Amino acid sequence: MTKIYIPRDMAALAVGAKRVVAAVQKDAAARGLNIEIVRNGSRGMLWLEPLIEVETPAGRVGYGPVKPSDVPALFDAGFLTGGVHPLSIGRVEDHPYFARQRRVTFQRCGIVDPVSFAEYAAHGGYKGLDRAFAIGPEATIAEIAASGLRGRGGAGFPTGIKWKTVADCPAEKRYVVVNADEGDSGTFADRMIMEGDPFSLIEGMTICAFAIGSDKGYIYLRAEYPIVAEIFEQALIAARAAGVLGKNLRGSSLSFDIELRIGAGAYVCGEETSLLESLEGKRGIVRAKPPLPAHVGLFGKPTVVNNVLSMATAPMILADGGAAYHAFGVGRSRGTIPLQIAGNVKYGGLCEVPFGLTLGEIVNDIGGGTLSGRPVRAVQVGGPLGAYLPTSLFDTPFDYEAYTKVDSLIGHGGLVVFDDTVDMSWMARFAMEFCAIESCGKCTPCRIGSTRGVETIDKIRAGENVAANIELLKDLCQTMKLGSLCALGGFAPYPVESALRHFPEDFHKPALEAAAE
Amino acid sequence: MSGAVPWDAARAQEIIAAHLSLEGPALPILHALQHEFGYVPEAAVPQLAEALNISRAEMHGVMTFYHDFKRQPQGRHVLKICRAESCQSMGAEKIALDFLARLKLEWGETTPDGALTVETVYCLGLCAHSPSAIFDEEPIGRVDGVKLDELAEEARSA
Repeated sequence: MTKIYIPRDMAALAVGAKRVVAAVQKDAAARGLNIEIVRNGSRGMLWLEPLIEVETPAGRVGYGPVKPSDVPALFDAGFLTGGVHPLSIGRVEDHPYFARQRRVTFQRCGIVDPVSFAEYAAHGGYKGLDRAFAIGPEATIAEIAASGLRGRGGAGFPTGIKWKTVADCPAEKRYVVVNADEGDSGTFADRMIMEGDPFSLIEGMTICAFAIGSDKGYIYLRAEYPIVAEIFEQALIAARAAGVLGKNLRGSSLSFDIELRIGAGAYVCGEETSLLESLEGKRGIVRAKPPLPAHVGLFGKPTVVNNVLSMATAPMILADGGAAYHAFGVGRSRGTIPLQIAGNVKYGGLCEVPFGLTLGEIVNDIGGGTLSGRPVRAVQVGGPLGAYLPTSLFDTPFDYEAYTKVDSLIGHGGLVVFDDTVDMSWMARFAMEFCAIESCGKCTPCRIGSTRGVETIDKIRAGENVAANIELLKDLCQTMKLGSLCALGGFAPYPVESALRHFPEDFHKPALEAAAE
Repeated sequence: MSGAVPWDAARAQEIIAAHLSLEGPALPILHALQHEFGYVPEAAVPQLAEALNISRAEMHGVMTFYHDFKRQPQGRHVLKICRAESCQSMGAEKIALDFLARLKLEWGETTPDGALTVETVYCLGLCAHSPSAIFDEEPIGRVDGVKLDELAEEARSA
């Protein structure tokens, strides 16, 4: 029996993986061949999806991107034994895109059957939790702190300190909450890990529960990810059956279970306090801080709120030790960052590397430049609240502090590439429009400021009192940055100000056009 | 969406009751109601408020805060087209607006035959295959005008 891997990842499905599975099954049956199709996660080389992998004695050999109509020719070429075909990429691990990565959080993603507990265990699963049990809660938190892991949701807060704060807070109940409301455009790492290696998140949450003393975890997943919900629910069932969730799990004194909750299309619920309100069944309105969720969180109880990636990295840190993770990276940005390269880019995908690569290396060397073949003009880093960076800043290394220095943020590690046809005043307008649509309405700078921002940019784009309106817009951005309660209103000025700073010519179009006439 | 049954207060009460043991059950209930009926009518507000022991105003506030809870029946099929930055970098805005113009629809509207509702969505996490869309629960990458027209045709015929 030959094992074939065809991803069930949402991106693979979006480019026809389901039809490819059907075509392979049909052709194999017609030829009387005995095959087993495993629906794995994606390897992250998304431009090659649907990527079929075949298990051979020499390793896993890949073919992609496969269309259903390619399937008969693949059989004719003997792909079941790694035969040569124009779509062949050879051994997947030897592919340059894959070979340059340092896979830690994504070490199993795309390799294992995501809903098979046996495969997770066979690939090092639950070594982390077992070690946590062996060293105890305090030493577990110390390992996380020693790793230098910082929140992957955007703020970059040290995860170890957060866990310790919750553990130290006297309470009869504490919660573990995972933020899987991955709403930033250009990001899909949470989606991929939950589709490709859901047990790593389950184990990470269990380690956290053990460390802080919690019996209940929630995952708040965005509604836009129906495939994640399907796969993750299957993984939860498998985890309970394997005795790694529930009462006295894995034979320990710990009892812990996880509930998956689905959001309802509100971007602001990715903000942790808004997320907690939403979990409680209220409107997703941001809470003023303090008190921090670590002290007064879900239902008023001390709560760890971590991003999917931070939590899914905990098993490796416990298994291999905090120092092993800390050895990667630069400065105060330790470990690896799963970059998500997207937009108008030739080789879009997920690439997990140590911190420190320059923006130019990421966009040109890994991403291969634009898909359109036109010159790169701007890259938005860190989602809709991230800055637009010009090619003149391509030497900026990917780390939290270096991005702060250029008035930018790395957020959740997403990069969206734009070619030279982009109109940056339009993108600035869109940032304000998006903020207006998604504002929770609690604070005035965000609720009113975003709408005034759209109106002001419209005036600038129409050539109305351009210089005065640009000054007004800058002033408005300052008010939003300093006066907003959360990152939505507080960071929405980043794309606007960066567009103004780096691409001023796009805000003077009518004047330039008039001058040309 | 296809498969939804007409609003039935007694059935709604069963669905509500089935979720009341959850902590913070409001969103799971609203999702379950929408899954069953395709939307959550205004008539559900007093019923939900009573079950959750909150005021009608609060319940109304919750229902209307979230983009996904619909207060009117939707088309038999729902097509959500992404207009977030990544998709815009690949020309999504023009593709979507041209498509809407061909259907003579605005964002959020349903075709007169009730076949298709077209909505915006802000990121589907398919950003390496921009522009993207989702048709009912089927994700679609590398969307163009031709693909959108095919989906509209599929909605009409199914």
